[in-house]
Amino acid sequence: MDALLLARLQFAITTIYHFFFVPLTLGLSIFVALLETKYVRTGDENYKKMTKFWGTIFLINFAIGVVTGIVQEFQFGMNWSEYSRFMGDIFGAPLAIEALLAFYMESTFIGMWIFGWNTLSKKTHLAAAWLVAIGSNISALWILIANSFMQNPVGYGLEDGRATMQDFFALIINPNVLYQFPHVLTAGIAMAGFVVMGFSAWHLLRKHEVAVFRPSFHLAAIFALIGSALVGTIGHFQGQFLVQHQPLKMAAAEALWETEQPAGFSIIAGIDEGAQENSFEFKVPGVLSFLSYNNFTGEVKGLKDLQSEAVAQYGEGNYIPPVALNFWSFRVMVSAGSLMVILALLGVIWSAGKNVIDKRRGFLKALLFAPILPYLAVTFGWVLAETGRWPWIVFGLQKVEDAISPNVPAWNIALSLIIFFVLYTVLTVIAFKLGIKYGKSDIRTKDPVAAE
Amino acid sequence: MDLNTIWFILVTVLFIGFFFLEGFDYGVGILLPFLGKKDEERRAIINTIGPVWDGNEVWMLTAGGAMFASFPHVYATLFSGFYLALALMLVALILRGVAFEYRQKYADPAARKRWDLAIFIGSALPALLWGVAVGNLMRGVAIDADMYYWGGLLPLLNPYSILGGLVFVSLFTMHGANYLALKTEGELVTRAKKIAFQSWIVATVLTVAFVVWTFFATDILTKPGVNGLIPASLAAIALLTVGWFIRTGKHGRAFVSGSLTIVFATVMVFAGLFPRILISTLDPAYSLDIWNAASTPYTLTVMTIVAGIFVPIVLVYQVWSYRVFRKRVKVDPKTLVY
Repeated sequence: MDALLLARLQFAITTIYHFFFVPLTLGLSIFVALLETKYVRTGDENYKKMTKFWGTIFLINFAIGVVTGIVQEFQFGMNWSEYSRFMGDIFGAPLAIEALLAFYMESTFIGMWIFGWNTLSKKTHLAAAWLVAIGSNISALWILIANSFMQNPVGYGLEDGRATMQDFFALIINPNVLYQFPHVLTAGIAMAGFVVMGFSAWHLLRKHEVAVFRPSFHLAAIFALIGSALVGTIGHFQGQFLVQHQPLKMAAAEALWETEQPAGFSIIAGIDEGAQENSFEFKVPGVLSFLSYNNFTGEVKGLKDLQSEAVAQYGEGNYIPPVALNFWSFRVMVSAGSLMVILALLGVIWSAGKNVIDKRRGFLKALLFAPILPYLAVTFGWVLAETGRWPWIVFGLQKVEDAISPNVPAWNIALSLIIFFVLYTVLTVIAFKLGIKYGKSDIRTKDPVAAE
Repeated sequence: MDLNTIWFILVTVLFIGFFFLEGFDYGVGILLPFLGKKDEERRAIINTIGPVWDGNEVWMLTAGGAMFASFPHVYATLFSGFYLALALMLVALILRGVAFEYRQKYADPAARKRWDLAIFIGSALPALLWGVAVGNLMRGVAIDADMYYWGGLLPLLNPYSILGGLVFVSLFTMHGANYLALKTEGELVTRAKKIAFQSWIVATVLTVAFVVWTFFATDILTKPGVNGLIPASLAAIALLTVGWFIRTGKHGRAFVSGSLTIVFATVMVFAGLFPRILISTLDPAYSLDIWNAASTPYTLTVMTIVAGIFVPIVLVYQVWSYRVFRKRVKVDPKTLVY
């Protein structure tokens, strides 16, 4: 394999693993802070139990998110030094600001939160919980500001073959980030809701501490519903934005080879990328026009026409992203998200008011597996966002093939790729095992380790 | 003072914070298997840095991010050039971070031993590798006209830089022992004081050898204009007083002196480099300096404003977090968190 492919694989693997842990941090930090707020306000010990119980799951997850994030800070320089040189003037700033505003905040106050239960006053401890939640989400905002420039460059100039920052505020209010950040934030909220619902279902099926797990479940269901409904709605408008700004990505996500007016939405398709056609497709007429423009008659450009336009604009080359990968990634994301809305809605209804969720045993059993859905959705969402930009690393400005480090031999990348892959896999398995062990642990014994 | 110089100083400050704070964290990690005989003792040792290690590590991440923002060519040249060493260090740091959080979640003593090993390697290896990296920065590496280093790992493992790595390990071990003497109780304090003195002897011998070698092999201490001679002298004086303070039982002062040693040593390195950041051994004209490696004045201005506002805020709450957890850690499973 050549260095370029290895470097891309390394970025994909390390980033996908990193983002296995990040969204849960974003959502669960808010969830835990809310529980602690309720505890501090009411003095209800059940809410303290909930705070500590879900806080432990949060910490198990947070630890891996933090350490896999260290690699993210350095790997642009390692594998993508030409990118770092080309983009440093613009990309370095949000990364440094992320560290200054967010990393310090979350890391300092997570220490206070973990160690401060008996040292800090109740209110100060609560403040620490919120500062962790705010810090984590500010971190997401700044890295998405950085990513948004790669998706939709704004406020820049080109000098001596380098992109230069000309308008810092344009960078911050990049329209792309106005869709992407809420999309990621609500995805995290949905994921937290589903993880808490899943573990609560496990306990409720066994009638453990219902006074703790019923309210946990209900709150989580509301979280999951708000998160899934919003992530889908925002995603819809984000898609429309991308039809305008990265039409090839969206055409690939629809496997739309020819321009159509009105355009139909393919639910499934047999994609032949070599022949640039679909061997079969199951289409709902007009729906793609609606998804793109909120009307059923709009013209949606196909890949072939868009390719010709791109050649005219950027010169010879292939500008069509991997179609099958984007088509199926999009469908996995959307299907998982739709299923999440339905499950969350049922969860809210069946646990609201006088309804007792414990009686819905079949539903609770299904929810044990439902946390898989948000993980699938966020993973394939990012696959779409990043591979759909191909061949660009910075849309319209730098191609992926021009971005890698010329001085790093392929075997170096291969070696580090193997090491990171093995290490991340082992750590992920450990984290999931620990998470499940603590998630199933009896809330009355303080520490499952002490119980052994 | 121009923006480029300000950012050189700011990056220096971030590295000072990093080496000073992570210095004792690494030292504590290195000493963990040797000082802690029983599991409670090991837990107590980890708990001394438990609330703060993550915040300390952010100094390194911020230094990396700040370098990317202010001197992107340095970020690109350094991390692509020192590729394998950096990858190895990242692996070590990952293991260490996870081990702190997960260790006490396993009841099995064998599993805890494995996590202890992860903490030891995760602390010793980054200390060594940062020392090797700094040694190479002082000596210079074969950077070509296109700002690339093509030599790979082996030329970086030269005797001078390896000695630099050992200096880092010994200084951080001493620093960590001084910290533990202030943060633990009973038997652990006695052991920490003993090992603080032993590591001080080793650190002093290695540091003197390294400084002498630096004098002859590099221009860090001798180049005209700004150089590292005065901070090197201050670091030497501070280091000598560490031994005196340990001997006379003044451990707070020993820790302060050790900290000053690290601060002045870091100043020595950067003052000796200035205005260069990465020295080329092929041709001085190929060196990366604060001008040819820098971002545009616009970006530097934006970043100066951001740093001017947020660095003081960060300092306030980090200092506060140290105040909150200023008490010594008891070797008592009931009060231990990690």
